[in-house]
Amino acid sequence: MAKIITKDLNLWYGGFHALKNISLSFESNRITAIIGPSGCGKSTLLRVFNRMNDFIEGLRQDGEVLIDGVNILNGKTDLVALRKRVGMVFQRPNPFPLSVYENIVFGERIHADSVNQDTLDEVVENSLKSVLLWDELKDKLNKSALMLSLEQKQRLCIARVIAVKPDVLLMDEPCSALDPQATMRIEELMRELKNNYTIIIVTHSMQQAARVSDDAGFMLLGELIEFGNTDQIFTAPHDKRTEDYITGRYG
Amino acid sequence: MKRNSYRTQMIAFFFLFLAMLLIVVPVGLIIVIIVQKGLPAINWQFLSDIPRQGMRAGGIFPAIVGTVYLVMGAIIFALPIGLLAAIYLSEYSKDNMLTRLIRLAIVNLAGVPSVVYGLFGLALFVVFFKFGASILSGSLTLGIMILPIIITTSREALESVPYSFREVSLSLGASKWQTIRHIVLPNAIPGILTGTILGLGRAAGETAPILFTVAAFYLPQLPSSIFDQAMALPYHLYIISTQVPNVDAKVRYGTAFVLLTLVLFMNLVAVIIRYKFRKKKKW
Repeated sequence: MAKIITKDLNLWYGGFHALKNISLSFESNRITAIIGPSGCGKSTLLRVFNRMNDFIEGLRQDGEVLIDGVNILNGKTDLVALRKRVGMVFQRPNPFPLSVYENIVFGERIHADSVNQDTLDEVVENSLKSVLLWDELKDKLNKSALMLSLEQKQRLCIARVIAVKPDVLLMDEPCSALDPQATMRIEELMRELKNNYTIIIVTHSMQQAARVSDDAGFMLLGELIEFGNTDQIFTAPHDKRTEDYITGRYG
Repeated sequence: MKRNSYRTQMIAFFFLFLAMLLIVVPVGLIIVIIVQKGLPAINWQFLSDIPRQGMRAGGIFPAIVGTVYLVMGAIIFALPIGLLAAIYLSEYSKDNMLTRLIRLAIVNLAGVPSVVYGLFGLALFVVFFKFGASILSGSLTLGIMILPIIITTSREALESVPYSFREVSLSLGASKWQTIRHIVLPNAIPGILTGTILGLGRAAGETAPILFTVAAFYLPQLPSSIFDQAMALPYHLYIISTQVPNVDAKVRYGTAFVLLTLVLFMNLVAVIIRYKFRKKKKW
């Protein structure tokens, strides 16, 4: 089932046309990768879905982005509610300079009308379990999150997003700061998580897209060149430019 | 060629060393002289008694209390306003004409001579608002004087909180204010405190702004409300140095010693806070 559908999405930074007529759909419980060279607009596209581009001055966008059938580019969109449903994992692991525990309950503290200690404990345990950190960290919940390894930090950031109970996870090059082993383990986690979430990952690593995604889209200079099943994109691309990119001719 | 560059370096080092001396030596001398001449005057009576025999003997307790009141009053007034202004400037304002005007005003506020603040306080608080010469007028005047320090340091502290923290917080569905309240402010507090304490030190040491707004020439009892006049250390020092004949040098240097200790102590606290923060900071 299509979770997110974009129709003729256009986006400008001032005079720069960053996204050009993007129309595509993202399926529930699948991992969709967006690949393309630096500056092609893939991160910009990702940030449309939780309206994180809104803070940029001189931003203009038109077209439609439907999440569960509702256009989120609408001026009346409740951004708090949207961002609760559409969580984001960033390129660099960026835990708050707080304890592991406080990092995870941050969302709960902000969104809940009244905070109940048992609920918080439960949120922490469930979130850490779903990113497979619980056994490692259950005795270190009050340690500063800044003491963790990079991989643990990134898992913690994923747990922090999951604690808010989103149904879409946006991942902006989530492994680019990690070593190959950690990358493999995070990818495994993503496969695990897709049973419960719609995952969209932006990556400049074609290998990663090939390994982890079910669907893939190739972007170039703000245009979506090709979109389809990952196997098809990587083995039998229809467009010459896609083929050139995945065979490493540029990018 | 080699010799030549070596000599150039020696000359440069010589001048740099000279410049360093010109900075360090006066500070050292001030401290040494004040401690040497002032320390013998310090005893319990000096710190806890009222001035006696036309301020030639007794203690300086009312002046110490007055300065503490004034500094506290200035901070009660200046910290909330300064912090709010800093939050506005760093988090909300866009880069437009108004913002530039505000920034320009703050820079200029910092450059206004302190005696002008004194006259301003006299005109506005003492006369116009009819607070009279009082702790209230003096505190407000000192508060305005230290506003630029507090705004500038607080803004720097807020802006030094990494953008990624705000981004994450917003992406988790926090509103802008929640982000500031829960993420930005807690991480900026050490910087804000440092600026506040530097402002305190400045307020404690100034004479001119309190000259017309609060300072009493001689007031043997402690102030009982914020509408009372009060003595203050810097003004007291000025009085006993220039207006009262035959004051023992010991009393003058003792007063200077107390004032200097107060200000240096505040600066030391600021340094310690900053140092601890730097050690903890890991991003």
